[in-house]
Amino acid sequence: MSKLTQFGNDLYTGARSFDFVGRRNTWYLIAIVMVVLAVGFTALRGGFVFGIEFRGGSEFRVEGTSVVEQGTAAATAIADEAVSSVVPGANPRVSIVGGDAIRVQTEQLTPTETEEVRAVLAEAYGVAKSDVSSSFIGATWGADITRQAIIALAVFLTLASIVLALYFRTWKMSLAAIIALVHDLIITAGIYGVFGLEITPAAVIGFLTILGYSLYDTVVVFDKVRENTSEDGVESRRTFAQSVNLAVNQTLVRSINTSIVAVLPTASILFVGSILLGAGTLRDIALALAVGTVVATYSSIFLAAPLYVHLRENEPELKKQGSRQRVARTESGAVR
Amino acid sequence: MARSTTERKAIRSLVWLLVIIIALIAANGASVLFNNGQWTPKLALDLEGGTQITLSPQLASGETVTPEQLERAVAIIRQRVDASGVSEAEINTQGNQNIVVSIPGEPDDATRERISSSAKLEFRPVLVADVPSTDAIDQEGTVDPGTDPSASASAAPDASAAPDATTEPTPSASPTDASDLAWVTPELQEQFDTFDCATVNAVGANVAPTDEPLITCEQDGSIKYILGPVEVAGERIADARAGLITSPTGVTTNEWGVFIEFDGDGTTEFRTVTERLITFTDVRNQFAIVLDGSVISAPRTNAAITDGRPQISGNFTEESALTLADQLKFGALPIGFEIQSSENISATLGVAQLQSGIIAGIIGLILVGIYAFLQYRALGGVVLASLVVAGVITYLIITYLSNQQGFRLSLAGVAGLVISIGVIADSFIVYFERIRDELRDGRSVDGAVESGWKRAWRTILISDVINFLAAVVLFVLAVGNVRGFAFTLGITTIVDLIVVALFTHPMMQLLARTRFFGSGHPLSGLDPMALGAVYRGRAQFRTPVGVTTTKVASSSKEAQRRQTIAERKAAQLSGEGKDAR
Repeated sequence: MSKLTQFGNDLYTGARSFDFVGRRNTWYLIAIVMVVLAVGFTALRGGFVFGIEFRGGSEFRVEGTSVVEQGTAAATAIADEAVSSVVPGANPRVSIVGGDAIRVQTEQLTPTETEEVRAVLAEAYGVAKSDVSSSFIGATWGADITRQAIIALAVFLTLASIVLALYFRTWKMSLAAIIALVHDLIITAGIYGVFGLEITPAAVIGFLTILGYSLYDTVVVFDKVRENTSEDGVESRRTFAQSVNLAVNQTLVRSINTSIVAVLPTASILFVGSILLGAGTLRDIALALAVGTVVATYSSIFLAAPLYVHLRENEPELKKQGSRQRVARTESGAVR
Repeated sequence: MARSTTERKAIRSLVWLLVIIIALIAANGASVLFNNGQWTPKLALDLEGGTQITLSPQLASGETVTPEQLERAVAIIRQRVDASGVSEAEINTQGNQNIVVSIPGEPDDATRERISSSAKLEFRPVLVADVPSTDAIDQEGTVDPGTDPSASASAAPDASAAPDATTEPTPSASPTDASDLAWVTPELQEQFDTFDCATVNAVGANVAPTDEPLITCEQDGSIKYILGPVEVAGERIADARAGLITSPTGVTTNEWGVFIEFDGDGTTEFRTVTERLITFTDVRNQFAIVLDGSVISAPRTNAAITDGRPQISGNFTEESALTLADQLKFGALPIGFEIQSSENISATLGVAQLQSGIIAGIIGLILVGIYAFLQYRALGGVVLASLVVAGVITYLIITYLSNQQGFRLSLAGVAGLVISIGVIADSFIVYFERIRDELRDGRSVDGAVESGWKRAWRTILISDVINFLAAVVLFVLAVGNVRGFAFTLGITTIVDLIVVALFTHPMMQLLARTRFFGSGHPLSGLDPMALGAVYRGRAQFRTPVGVTTTKVASSSKEAQRRQTIAERKAAQLSGEGKDAR
């Protein structure tokens, strides 16, 4: 059997145990540092780089041109000259996407200019005019998507915390799960900010999916926590914190397996999307998801569970559970 | 016997699954046979190629668009797009205020112009017409027997002489009011003579400045007009409705009419105009209602309307009266639409994106499969089979919805599907880990399957509820691509529940009966020895302290061999007791 199975056995029985709950201050510190880094670096870079959907502008895609082989510099020079012949002073952003396509982004052009630019681009890159596709996006388009996304975020958080509070019969699990979720969102968005990747509507979709996934992952861990802690009575030999920690350890193999299984398809989208298509919807969604699933799995274990213990351990009933145990320990000590 | 009950239950679940799949296939087959459906899902523009134009209303701050207005705008835009000869155009509302027009291929400039120009309703006096109208404008409730349809119709032939009379205008004089025939210059007359009504629809943007005359036709192309400058703008209409006309004596007639109500300024303007028009006897007596450059109605003026509440009577049916009332009410949207984005995706790019999505999906599936085999040995086969079943059901549901509801699979939707592989596989992982936990507690394989399922099902259910909640919230609130993504996410979440309950679990129940899995063959993934199972009695376990893991494994073997009969029976009972339930 694989090593992971043996590892799982040890975690289940408690032969091997990671002190997720006990060393929580360390995890909190790491989380705070990560969040500060994400926000700080993004701010240092001057905020997020927004895609054309948010800035507004015109975009052209030239398919199947051999110019790609000469590299970005050559492609840029050609596009510069072609676009300038129609719109003097235009400074197009040129990038190679996929194997044989070139993307040219300009400020917003009028429909007539757009048609002309298409024609000159087709000529310049030596392709048929039908191989040059054009888009233009008003600056409000991305803003609209984002506004709706933020409304959706607020509604989802409210509904999800109610559902979780009802299911687990404590609002403290909801709170811990939501804090972990916010952490995940900040880190994932931070990756875009820190590396200066463009935020497109597709990336926003990715962020929104992280919402669902982050909570989903936390719920699986919390369900085991619920199972373990509800079996504990006042006479339990384990403290509340120990019960939670055991639950987290017992679901660790599942967490590892799940995050690997979730990351495999997203990574393949990221890979295939980048290689075959270059910048585009697929890559933008997959990047947010690949980062998000890993962060979400991490935060369920290192953030949500310790936070939950933190929130609950001062409850009088649970304190009793711990004190009983200490008595039991001294008794057994006396026998020895 | 307990054993056969479980088996029967498992087989029943599998039969249900088969029924669901066959029902889906049948439903799809029915839509292929009877509703022009297809066996593949329809693709959205980003996968098929085409142009997507998003129109957003130009609103002053604080203004909102009502769903009614939006519906009307969609209907008007649909008419315009259809009239331009574009087939298979799709016009939808988006996010309660935007309108999205999806056109396969690339629209010409005329079509683009036609879509973006805002619906414009205006009232112009008729200067010249080749056939006079049978409709009439009256003061509400003052219709007299003389204006009934037959009377108007019979009057028509006489009046048809009018155009000839008006073909000799005096070009030199500058027009004094909107009805002045001085508007009709020789050039205009020439244009009018050569004007072809078919071009009104084809060209679309048949507009003239509000203070200039306009040459146009009745919407069906039957009558040709020269109209004077705009007298009353469409925005002046406060309300318009269709109803049965009441005679002056207060008796409701069987005749349908349209009742208009103007606002303050409109009332004044309309009174001035009708007071002038009533003095004419030729076609100049008529008042044209122009929507988007073509005449929807040009009733004769029978009375000066002083209260701003005219009624239009004529050969209306209930339907045509309602249509006209709607056009009057909503055609005069005070909101113009502007193009927010216009995205053109070439068909080759669409195909490339679809292919990449499919390739990514297949690679993802293979990787998940390999990992599942490494982790769960033979159980990896169950994971793969379950994923395939989930894939088949999802495909059928999406195809069905695409046929019935017009759902179109977009690139974001494909991404949603690929990502759902991970979420669906997670359900199996949760389930298998619970089974293994139960095995570690010393249960027999079939007992572990049952009690592991009970615990796993709860977890899968609540986590899927959260996922589904996310999908629903996104679908309802978000716009554009996000919806396509949320839609597939929601579908796969439901499919996940169906597959794990009706396929994975029954398969496990059946497999647990086989020698290979039931006895925990090392390659089955359910090897109790490898899992370090020790009988610990009554759901408790003691932590083996200070013992190396290999020792634990070997001693567990020993412990199993040394189980007392009572212990062994207890272990079996705890497993089978649950089966029998």
